[in-house]
Amino acid sequence: MEKVLIVKKMGMSQIFDEKGKLTPVTVLQALPNTVIESKTVEKHGYSAIQLGAGERKAKNVSKAVCGHVRHAGLESNPPAKIKEFRLNADSELAPGAKIDVSTFTEGEFIDATGTMKGRGFQGVVKRYNFAGGRYSHGGGWKRKPGSIGQCEYPGRVNKGKKMPGQMGNVTRTIQNLQIVKVSLDDNLLCVKGAVPGPQGGTIYISAAKKK
Amino acid sequence: MANIMDKINSEQCKAEVPEFNIGDTVQVHTKIIEGETERTQLFKGIVIARKGSGVQETFTVRKVAFGNGIERVFPIHSPRVAKIEVERKGKVRRAKLYYLRDKVGKAARVKERR
Repeated sequence: MEKVLIVKKMGMSQIFDEKGKLTPVTVLQALPNTVIESKTVEKHGYSAIQLGAGERKAKNVSKAVCGHVRHAGLESNPPAKIKEFRLNADSELAPGAKIDVSTFTEGEFIDATGTMKGRGFQGVVKRYNFAGGRYSHGGGWKRKPGSIGQCEYPGRVNKGKKMPGQMGNVTRTIQNLQIVKVSLDDNLLCVKGAVPGPQGGTIYISAAKKK
Repeated sequence: MANIMDKINSEQCKAEVPEFNIGDTVQVHTKIIEGETERTQLFKGIVIARKGSGVQETFTVRKVAFGNGIERVFPIHSPRVAKIEVERKGKVRRAKLYYLRDKVGKAARVKERR
């Protein structure tokens, strides 16, 4: 089975192992995942699997998506989230097949992709942990970035210079999170460490690339 | 969503936690694993703080050994905390007894509640 899944972030907790060691975990609940399309090298030029999760009213979904989902043989409402995962080899799963957390085992490593919490337009102190200036003793540049470059040479600001701007609300992947617990009853995964996004946010997980 | 988290948290909690309060003198039995053998270590002192709730609740025990103040923080629901015995109940007017850190000798005592 393919080790990919669309899940929902439930929150964080902690788990004691049998030796009494404490592990911080993020609890992820797998939504009912349905295969919408399997892409093959022969037909599409690459291997991938398209999963759908959740449910949305048909009137709120474009006809193109509705048609795509209907081609897959899904009778019910179109899924709220559709995501295509690249695979190393062609999948044998046919459209309409269900995937749940049973594809994962404890101890395995996964990558988790999600959208970070948005923090709006932020200054360099919050965004990049700049130290800022002193508030007393004649400080005078409290939370400013300070100098952003040199003089006539190079005569410009270096590319990639850290400056104020939008912080968060971007897609981020956290690699190599270990699965601590798999609960088939509630379709839950507990992974060690944090994943991006708020509680209730959608997370796309796949087998770790670098393990 | 909250139900799922409650379930996960309650699974980790001990069924029964002995009742003890701030200011009590307690003896904490902790399991120590040394290689393959397991033994119990005792730590006796005054409970100066209880923090957090649910699985995350911890308590701090302070004692003075050879003139040095020692504080240990135990997670209440940890399987390594085998037993908590209350030896003496304390009469205190605060939830956190951090002031004991600055007291020496007789001043660092807690009155007994009868």
